[in-house]
Amino acid sequence: MNLEFSPEEIAFRDEVRTFIAENYPVELRGKQDEGDELSKEDFLSWHKVLAKKGWVAPAWPVEYGGTGWTPTQRYIWSEETARADCIRLMPFGLTMVGPVIYTFGTPEQKAKFLPRILSGEDWWCQGYSEPGSGSDLASLRTKAVQDGDHYVVNGQKTWTTMAQYADWGFFLVRTNAEAKQQEGISFLLVDMKTPGIEVRPIITLGGEHEVNEVWLEDVRVPVENRVYEENKGWTCAKFLLAHERSGIAGVAASKRGVEKIKEIAKTEMDDDRPLLTNPFFRRKVAELEMDLTALEYTELRTLAGEAQGKGPGPESSLLKIKGSEIQQRITELTLEAAGHYGAPYFRGFGEGDNEHPIGPEYANRSAPVYFNVRKTTIYGGSNEIQRNIIAKMVLGL
Amino acid sequence: MDFNYTDTQDMLRDTLARFLADTYDFESRKKMIASDAGRDPGIWRALATELGILSAPFSEEQGGLGGGAIENLIMMEELGKVIAVEPYLQTVVIGGGALKAAGGALADAVIPEIIGGNVIIGFAYAEPKGRYNLANISTTAKKDGAGYVLNGHKAVVYAAPWATHLLVTARTGGSQRERAGVDLFLIDAKSAGITRRDYPTVDGFQASEVYFENVAIPGDALLSGGIDLIEQIVDEATVAVCGEACGVTRKLHEGTLDYSKQRQQFGQPIGRFQVLQHRMADMFLEVEQIMSMTLMATLKLDLPAAERKAMVSLAKAKVSRSAKFVGQNAVQTHGGIGITQELAIGHYFKRATMIEGQFGSADWHLDRYEQLTLSDVA
Repeated sequence: MNLEFSPEEIAFRDEVRTFIAENYPVELRGKQDEGDELSKEDFLSWHKVLAKKGWVAPAWPVEYGGTGWTPTQRYIWSEETARADCIRLMPFGLTMVGPVIYTFGTPEQKAKFLPRILSGEDWWCQGYSEPGSGSDLASLRTKAVQDGDHYVVNGQKTWTTMAQYADWGFFLVRTNAEAKQQEGISFLLVDMKTPGIEVRPIITLGGEHEVNEVWLEDVRVPVENRVYEENKGWTCAKFLLAHERSGIAGVAASKRGVEKIKEIAKTEMDDDRPLLTNPFFRRKVAELEMDLTALEYTELRTLAGEAQGKGPGPESSLLKIKGSEIQQRITELTLEAAGHYGAPYFRGFGEGDNEHPIGPEYANRSAPVYFNVRKTTIYGGSNEIQRNIIAKMVLGL
Repeated sequence: MDFNYTDTQDMLRDTLARFLADTYDFESRKKMIASDAGRDPGIWRALATELGILSAPFSEEQGGLGGGAIENLIMMEELGKVIAVEPYLQTVVIGGGALKAAGGALADAVIPEIIGGNVIIGFAYAEPKGRYNLANISTTAKKDGAGYVLNGHKAVVYAAPWATHLLVTARTGGSQRERAGVDLFLIDAKSAGITRRDYPTVDGFQASEVYFENVAIPGDALLSGGIDLIEQIVDEATVAVCGEACGVTRKLHEGTLDYSKQRQQFGQPIGRFQVLQHRMADMFLEVEQIMSMTLMATLKLDLPAAERKAMVSLAKAKVSRSAKFVGQNAVQTHGGIGITQELAIGHYFKRATMIEGQFGSADWHLDRYEQLTLSDVA
């Protein structure tokens, strides 16, 4: 047992650090830091730099374009990118559908989709939740009926993140209404330009357009775009959810978040002293670091287990619960630090708008970000569902 | 011991509740906020003239109905139930409260105009670096002949874009953070030398950064009473905001309860799951305690300053924490739909969040309470 990095790992860390310093797109610098809304171009510019370097999908097997890094190297990578305030890449292709395709897909599907996920050529979205099927995902009703060599899909999906930009979507659809819920679902890859698809925005509390409704009316999807067997889509879905959860802890980003709070509280004055010397505020920062360290070492234990061939199992629910709660507490503290300046509603600069933000820069989006991040305990399987999973799968209750 | 409202008070509540039910549904509120002015001025006019209830907390000699803090609580609670963006807190509770307390010719002149709906007041007390300490200000009012000259920058002045008057705290003497030398002025919002930068707030109001550059104001704009008066009216305002929280959190809880009975997952209403039942029971406990603390503090506003401050702080600290609990759990129980603009619940959550910090966070008020009541042990 040993917590130290080896000399090789330290050399790797330095290599990563140098690479980021030399290659992170100039126009993106500071964007993550200020909580700005990011455009498709923003995401793609960093994606493409990494794709060129071969580092865009660290966790993928080497044969499909992964890096072959050890879990420790991947940990170093996420630490360093968070430390440098790099924007986080969209997960839908890289960490969600990509692993499903290389695990369950046909050789043709792998050849067609994986390179374009890596290059950033295809932007992916996720068609899972439905208005009537949130936590109870398996009750989904979007229907796919086979007609020759196509499925005809009808239904409605919701909370589809960034679908407004998507070229492709992976959808869970019902292909057998007679079977037990989980046994009648298939996993389809859908070209978002197919006639019959309509994407409608959902505006969230901070005014962001991040999520969408996706309406499907007689959408024809080639049968060859089904991943894995018909009615076995739930296997892919479960695999993907477990994957999604292990990344969802967001330890590195939260560490950076805590550092930012400290920076803010060093300059924000509370009467005649920096806010960080206020014992109540400082105690909250310390408690946050306590819980974040507990999460970090839990994640490291999970990663080490993965290195020995143990896939992410129901323990990843622990990472999701604690990771999301910590992310929310960080936004709470930032809003608290903002004081009066949490209230102004600032939507960023428009074209030709050269006005200064209102109050300190960090305060500008403190409230919208706080509102937005309430989503983390809801998405990816709500924290109530995660506790059910732990009770059932880990505790055997 | 009596926690009953009088018949007159019940009538006031009913009148306002009926009016708001007719005029302030969620869709109408949305339209008001989206309009250029950010509100419907007709609502304020109707409150003043048609309903005649802006007079509720003023004495009969002042042309009012003879009420006080309890009437303000009733008004704020009902306004909170519809998350109204009316400037009642700023104009009647704070502006009216300051004038009532200070008295004199200015009060005699302005109070009838408040009652008549002709005056809207913005309370310019916060400063960019002041946080919640009311004496931590650098805006100055320098004596100049019979009058004063104002210079400074006030932050996040709610209702300022609509205001006919500004109630401004400024230094006539002393240094930053010194209690002595802080004074209160009621001035014409259109005075030469005032510039504003207006913006919407996250909870649907309109506010401004207000800049004073050599603003000449008359000597009788001064409301005598200094920092003690300012602390008193801010305590009254704090309790009024607690009253608003009563309405806001009551609706958050009710809305969540309703939703949990309708929303089906796993073949049953989600309200049947014990984990959510306990959560909604806990929300109920918090809403009831918000009500209890608000009533307690309302009834203690007339105590000597030290006692008043201690009890107001205890109430606001509890209300801040409970409002956070109720708001966050309302959203969580709703799931994704709780963080969209579509449902009212998210908008109540936003207002509840802003109430948490308004006139001091839970920590700030607990600290003030400790200093007032627990610091003689050491």
